[in-house]
Amino acid sequence: MIRLFRTIVPVETYDQETPSTVTLRFRYPAAARPGQFVMVWIPGDDEIPMSLSYTGNPKGITVKVMGPTSRAIQHLRPGDRIGIRGPYGNAFDTSPKKILVVGGGSGAAVLAPAAEIAAAQGSRITVALGATVAPELLFEERFQRMGARVAIATDDGSKGSKGYVTEVAAELLRAESFDAVWTCGPEVMMRKVIDAAAGSRAPVVCSLERVMKCALGLCDACAIGPYHVCVDGPVFPAERIAGLRDFGRFKRESSGRLVPA
Amino acid sequence: MADLSVDLAGVRLRNPFLLASGIWGESGDSLGGAWKAGAGGVITKSIGRLPRPGYPNPTIESLERWGFLNAMGLPNPGIEEYPKEIETARATGATVIGSVFGADAAEFVDVAERMERTGVVALELNLSCPHTEGLGSEIGQDPAEVEAITRAVRERVRVPVIVKITPNTADPVGLARAAERGGAAAISAINTVRALAIDVHLRRPTLSHGLGGLSGPAIKPIGLACVWQIREALTIPIVGVGGVMTAEDALEYVMAGACAVEVGTAVAFEGIGVFGRLVESLGRLLDELGFESVRSAQGAAHGSEARAPMPARRRRPPRSR
Repeated sequence: MIRLFRTIVPVETYDQETPSTVTLRFRYPAAARPGQFVMVWIPGDDEIPMSLSYTGNPKGITVKVMGPTSRAIQHLRPGDRIGIRGPYGNAFDTSPKKILVVGGGSGAAVLAPAAEIAAAQGSRITVALGATVAPELLFEERFQRMGARVAIATDDGSKGSKGYVTEVAAELLRAESFDAVWTCGPEVMMRKVIDAAAGSRAPVVCSLERVMKCALGLCDACAIGPYHVCVDGPVFPAERIAGLRDFGRFKRESSGRLVPA
Repeated sequence: MADLSVDLAGVRLRNPFLLASGIWGESGDSLGGAWKAGAGGVITKSIGRLPRPGYPNPTIESLERWGFLNAMGLPNPGIEEYPKEIETARATGATVIGSVFGADAAEFVDVAERMERTGVVALELNLSCPHTEGLGSEIGQDPAEVEAITRAVRERVRVPVIVKITPNTADPVGLARAAERGGAAAISAINTVRALAIDVHLRRPTLSHGLGGLSGPAIKPIGLACVWQIREALTIPIVGVGGVMTAEDALEYVMAGACAVEVGTAVAFEGIGVFGRLVESLGRLLDELGFESVRSAQGAAHGSEARAPMPARRRRPPRSR
């Protein structure tokens, strides 16, 4: 059993990816696989689970600035120190030969490094990338650089097709066959991706997000059905989670109270 | 194979390994999962009157194989919401013990009454959380408060009341005695030991709350001493808590006088499958040592100090200095 102690590292670079998203890079020696997450401590503020958006070195996290803690992340600058522990959880299987990647909002943060590794191993990657407006499309260029085919949807139609990324994904699934579908984003979105792939032979894999405290499978904050996202996930085959009461419907608050997702 | 079932203050448990409060206890599915994994019973997260988010992270610090330091801050969904989780857990057939906390006797009574109505087989009063001001061990260090709260709850519920005491006191036996006077059916000993970790690079405590509670192998000898001392002084049933990782650890607690044990940190080390392994290895260990049941080993180590002489081969010649 290996439990890594928290390591204090300086932020190396800070990049604005989109108007609402930033990427922090830092050196952290542990080996990590795409899909895994780290616990990021912003001293004096909070410690939050973040999937790695860069799994090599320097490692990176890409954060959507929403809550008070992610706002604190926005105020970090190169040289500021943060605490990292992990990586925790499981990873994407990057062996399938033809992969459809469906990312909504900041979901692309965890999908990009997995797609990068698969592409480098010779897999063919197709990406359905969605955002509210064109400037919020995350990692569009990064996906293109790895040689992926990128199909875009925006809520307002400012780029790509107007509407939901799930519709773009459904169209792709109707038109051709894939060996795997990876998705990360709001659970309602992932549920639609699962439904869209129901008629295809491609297994769907989802990356989930929940409130996390210990990240060690103890505190129960991230419980969903019989699973704990921190140790049984965060990457789940759709068939394990699609039937769960909470998936796409409920989340637990920090108190453990079940609230509509 | 040896009989592993035990009696805890009138409640029959299929084996002595209880899921400790605070571990896997927020959702009914998790409680049920611990039961299905083989736990002899499951204890809920400590529930209060209102939802409580707990402290900001970091709420836990790994001390590697020694255990964990935590200050969760008693996060819980509140007694209004929680019964549905117990319902989910009980649907698996689980033996559920409800852990409750409060700021004063009135709150303890209120939550305990509502907890009893969920069908739990017993209540555990958390009078020992080491890191919440005005709650837990702050009142739990005062024998008069322990007695008063125990009595107030005892008068209003029918199920057995177990009082979980703190080791953060000069006189754990005094606390146990106070709980017994108040009508407790059993004592759980111990809750976590007050502790601290500091990050030297940042010159600050690592836990957001500063002080926390230590669990795991590091505190087993402390828990054993408390159980031992309580058994020497009182006859009340005791649940041993602190650092149970193996069947040997559990048997140590039983020989010190406990009738059951709680398991917490081991779940982080080994996963929930630890319960199945503990049950199996305790059966083997009791067989090996010639005990026909857990009960027959209870308190077996007491009196041995006076039992002279030790077998000759183990006696060392006196040394001259």
